Amino acid sequence: MNITPDTIVYWEAAPVKLNATLVFTWLVMTLLVLGSWLVTRRLTTGTTLPRGQNLLEVVVTGIREQIREVTQQDPDRYLPFVGTLFLFIAVSNVLAVVPGFQPPTGSLSTTAALALCVFVAVPVYGVAERGLVGYLKNYIRPSVFMLPFNVIGELSRTLALAIRLFGNVMSGTMIAAMLLAVAPFVFPVLMHALGLLTGLIQAYIFAVLALVYIAAATRGEQEQEQVEVQGPEGEASNG
Amino acid sequence: MDNVGLIGMTSIVVAGMTIAIGSIGVALGEGWAVARALGALAQQPDAAPTITRTLFVGVAMIESTAIYCFVVSMILIFANPFWKHVVGLSGS
Repeated sequence: MNITPDTIVYWEAAPVKLNATLVFTWLVMTLLVLGSWLVTRRLTTGTTLPRGQNLLEVVVTGIREQIREVTQQDPDRYLPFVGTLFLFIAVSNVLAVVPGFQPPTGSLSTTAALALCVFVAVPVYGVAERGLVGYLKNYIRPSVFMLPFNVIGELSRTLALAIRLFGNVMSGTMIAAMLLAVAPFVFPVLMHALGLLTGLIQAYIFAVLALVYIAAATRGEQEQEQVEVQGPEGEASNG
Repeated sequence: MDNVGLIGMTSIVVAGMTIAIGSIGVALGEGWAVARALGALAQQPDAAPTITRTLFVGVAMIESTAIYCFVVSMILIFANPFWKHVVGLSGS
């Protein structure tokens, strides 16, 4: 029984190793890129939509709405990063029901890479929005004594992000494999159905947490006060 | 008992205890969170989308504590470094 798809090696040449994680990551990436390329090749603004365009519009609009609700800001800045994270994790988690597919998110390397992307994106968005000094002021809020805790919090939430996704997906495949040995007919199917739900929820949570971290870095103290003073009108004009 | 048997026995016992003790607090916490969210939903059905979204995120964050325990117990059973060390020593 494999705890991670990293250990399944298909092809090996001295320093280079082609394991299941890499293969299936590229498979998911090809699927996403090829699918969206095929659909966006011929977009129409007419009254009849092709099916693919309809699907993509629903997905993109849904993600935009969610981002707007969570951050109360213009979603276009966050859409590329957060939407990509969500789509990649969701597709690889959902494809886990396909026999023979090893979800790449069930490997700690993939989830650590994704969490590192979030770790890097938070200061990038923060500095782009508020300048270097304004962003660094976040760390000494509410007082200078909180500096070490803020830094530790930054690191530990990255670790938690990676291990949460890895643990959930890995436990899903693991439990399905164990049940396959114990009660091989009905229960694995039920666990797979549950796995579809938890997979989507985990993708959603990963994206929302990344979004919340980024939004917290971009939103300054003054801005928060302004929103509170202005009330609903200010928020409406922001959205 | 020799080292191999001792390490194997300790790993299995501790793996079981990790997941057992670790999930108690999580179960209580999730129960609390869901109960309070249901109460809030009954009082304010209009705020259902916000409450549900926050509930999902919150429950998943509580759940991750149990998932850490699960990961630790899985490592103890399937990828135990001490076990590998001892087996490597006796093999060579």
